[in-house]
Amino acid sequence: MTLRRYLVLLSIVIFGSTGDTFLARGMRDVGTIDIHHLADVFYALANPWVIFGIFSLLLFMSCYMTALSFADLTFVLPATSIGYVVMALLGHFWLHEHVSPLRWAGVVLITAGVGLVAGGPSRTEHPPAHSAASKSLQEQP
Amino acid sequence: MRVLYTWLCIFSTVCASTAGDVFIATAMRRIGDLGHFRRNHGSVAMVVRVLSSAGLFGGIFFMAIAFFSNLIGLSWADLSLMGPASAALTFVSNAIAARFFLHENVDRRRWFATIFVCCGVLLLTRS
Repeated sequence: MTLRRYLVLLSIVIFGSTGDTFLARGMRDVGTIDIHHLADVFYALANPWVIFGIFSLLLFMSCYMTALSFADLTFVLPATSIGYVVMALLGHFWLHEHVSPLRWAGVVLITAGVGLVAGGPSRTEHPPAHSAASKSLQEQP
Repeated sequence: MRVLYTWLCIFSTVCASTAGDVFIATAMRRIGDLGHFRRNHGSVAMVVRVLSSAGLFGGIFFMAIAFFSNLIGLSWADLSLMGPASAALTFVSNAIAARFFLHENVDRRRWFATIFVCCGVLLLTRS
């Protein structure tokens, strides 16, 4: 894993968290959408917070695709779940929210999971098809 | 019936999200490391290569299904149920799908990491 790749993983965490936060902030302005008037959701697209959110989630998607081009899905998903921890820490230290002992236990578990997966290889190496075929030929009597 | 509909939405969100992840991961694996591709062929060629991948659009299609079934689920159930249930179950279903469809080496370390994160998300969002 190079520094560039760690930066890609960090960008996933940052853009994913900020995108969700912007969308939530925008939808608070838009208000509740009635189940019988689902088309009202398109009015939300004019809200600046929602636009920022969509832009941020587009950046998240491009970083996510870049990460999947060099690492396994089972590496990227747990490794980027540290975003949940960042949100809990921001809630506690910035927004002065009460974080219960159970939540801190959740933070510890996620951190342990991220530490576990980050310590292992990021990619499963599959042998090329021709070498696998030649190996099976060699094994035949 | 409302409970049944809610769990049907959670189930469809998890399945569609997992299918989307698998499609996108397959497409990106076929293309290879985007950093190398950009250095060898340039940024425009990289964007064209990514956008010409059918698997990517399959992934985006399933992601859209997951987004809307999550949205419909939220109109019937609280976020405190929909959020943790779909997030935690998606971690596990992705590990299983990656093992069988992407042939990833999901060893004991990755299983423990998945289960730790899954339980951590449940604790964070339920308390």
